[in-house]
Amino acid sequence: MTLLPTKFGPYGGQFVPETLMPALIELEEAFVSAKADVQFQNEFNKLMASFVGRPTPLTYAKRLSEKLGGAQIYLKREDLAHTGAHKINNALGQALLVKRMGKQRIVAETGAGQHGVASATAAALLGLECVVYMGEVDIARQEPNVFRMKLLGAEVRPVSSGTKTLKDAINEAIRDWVTNVRDTHYLLGSALGPHPYPTIVREFQSVIGTEAREQMLLEVGRLPDTVIACVGGGSNAIGVFSGFVNDEQVELIGVEAGGSGIETGKHAARFGDPSKGRVGVIHGTRTYVLQDEDGQIAETHSVSAGLDYAAVGPEHALMRDNERAFYTSATDTEALDAFQTLCHTEGIIPALESSHAVAEVIKRAPKMRKDEIILVNLSGRGDKDLNTVIKELGGSEK
Amino acid sequence: MNRIESAFANKPIFMPYFPLGYPDLETSIDVIKALAKNGADLIEVGLSFSDPLADGPVIQHATQIALEKGITVKKSLEAVKELRKRGVDIPLILMGYYNPMLAYGLEKFVRDAAEAGADGFIIPDLPAEESEEFEKVIGDLPLIRMLAPTSSTDRMERIARSAEGFIYLVSVTGITGERKSLAEGLGELIAQVREHTSAPVCVGFGIGTPEQAREVGKMADGVIVGSACVKTIGGSEKPVETAGEFARSFREALR
Repeated sequence: MTLLPTKFGPYGGQFVPETLMPALIELEEAFVSAKADVQFQNEFNKLMASFVGRPTPLTYAKRLSEKLGGAQIYLKREDLAHTGAHKINNALGQALLVKRMGKQRIVAETGAGQHGVASATAAALLGLECVVYMGEVDIARQEPNVFRMKLLGAEVRPVSSGTKTLKDAINEAIRDWVTNVRDTHYLLGSALGPHPYPTIVREFQSVIGTEAREQMLLEVGRLPDTVIACVGGGSNAIGVFSGFVNDEQVELIGVEAGGSGIETGKHAARFGDPSKGRVGVIHGTRTYVLQDEDGQIAETHSVSAGLDYAAVGPEHALMRDNERAFYTSATDTEALDAFQTLCHTEGIIPALESSHAVAEVIKRAPKMRKDEIILVNLSGRGDKDLNTVIKELGGSEK
Repeated sequence: MNRIESAFANKPIFMPYFPLGYPDLETSIDVIKALAKNGADLIEVGLSFSDPLADGPVIQHATQIALEKGITVKKSLEAVKELRKRGVDIPLILMGYYNPMLAYGLEKFVRDAAEAGADGFIIPDLPAEESEEFEKVIGDLPLIRMLAPTSSTDRMERIARSAEGFIYLVSVTGITGERKSLAEGLGELIAQVREHTSAPVCVGFGIGTPEQAREVGKMADGVIVGSACVKTIGGSEKPVETAGEFARSFREALR
């Protein structure tokens, strides 16, 4: 019935109230027609270049590679995209679809605030009304981004229900959407939610992987052996993975938030904790979800707001099942160490989310040969995290 | 004739919603019994979920409390059994989100629900596109179909045609909760649905007062009252008595 497959193997689907089904169908139609429309593609590509600043560079991390003494490390610099993270790729793509559908208002959820900022930016650029839902806990720990969203003309609505984090912000965004669906688009920020979102978000984020693959071939002369990205919902990971998924020799590694450690139960490692991470349905999609025995969604913990979420994108669930990608986790402490290491060795302040990917590089690179290559997707910059880092390190910076 | 069909013998019917476990399990059982004894023709028995994305603040709050007090799917099904034991003989439809049912095990859930004496299921996050898995195991009990003001004509036709029990027509685009006035064009919406099905059409979302219920009752076969019921009873110091009064006031309005 649908134009595109709604599932990734047994995962994905459209588990939403009937009220929203017509909007999902309309969105799928708009996306399929836009994809085939040269004019739309040109407009998107032009904005990616002139507004976002793409292509983002590939940076050889010379001192980090030397320090670790193993594989050569390259960084895909999504932190240099306008607004400071990969989120803008998808936000602008969807905002163009909103114009195409003739809607005037967008709602978005945000955890770390990066997607909220990207949505507010896209809305300002294209003249759309923008409301961003953000959990109160996240508002407190990502204050600079709250100011940025307001400066960009968005209304930030605090969410005080449930755990007051990303999960609850998504609930509220969906409630707003279901109420105002006739003129409002839900600008979902990760490769999550009901079909067609996981597919749309991957398509708009695939620019990361496409560029990175070309840059590796052109600037380094070969493909990387390993690609590493952090995985919250999983949009930056699916974006960079999509460029290499057909290169079977390239190993793909996703890094979840290990929080205080898997054994403490305070984490967001959906794949990493079989006692709580089981297949279920949340926010419109079937995937691995952290939940209790009764099917209630579990509380999660991560030092990084952007990875602090109970479910993972359905395409990652499939890639994990068929072993095309492998998933591991990094703890808060490991991420904070990696954060500082990258600051010191490369002069780059990474987002705490991206620091989880860097933490995996630090574990893995020393075990690899010097002629092997790791590509890590540096999904965002860390300015937004300074308050958190100051608090966490409590003056104990290396 | 099954319990649901019997309930529709005298239309329009009054169909309140109340979650098991709120404000505590024992009180919720007494409340549901009081609703049944005082004029409810069918009751939507709520199963709680941590992330009820189709619900407004009142039901969110109540189900959150129920969860904090330790409600589970298992305890909810035992409570249904208890209601039957205490002589409640009107249809009881289980209304809940999909994930707790999946976690319980769909086949086991449906079997245990039937054994406990439930008469059907309403699952707001399970649209027609995803219902096959559930229908495979459902047996004789109906999965109540939902339609919304946004449903296109062809969806309405397809969904209404396969309706069993009754159609749950969402009156407003939005989440559960009282509204100041009834949705515009509700009469036309109901008429549209009726073109495609002979199943009873019941209207829910946004109906909070006996007066609104009376208006809807002129057009529909049943009136569903959720948030107002939960708020009135949950806010009362004598919830069981209030439940009786609440049911009587709506029953009276729908005569």
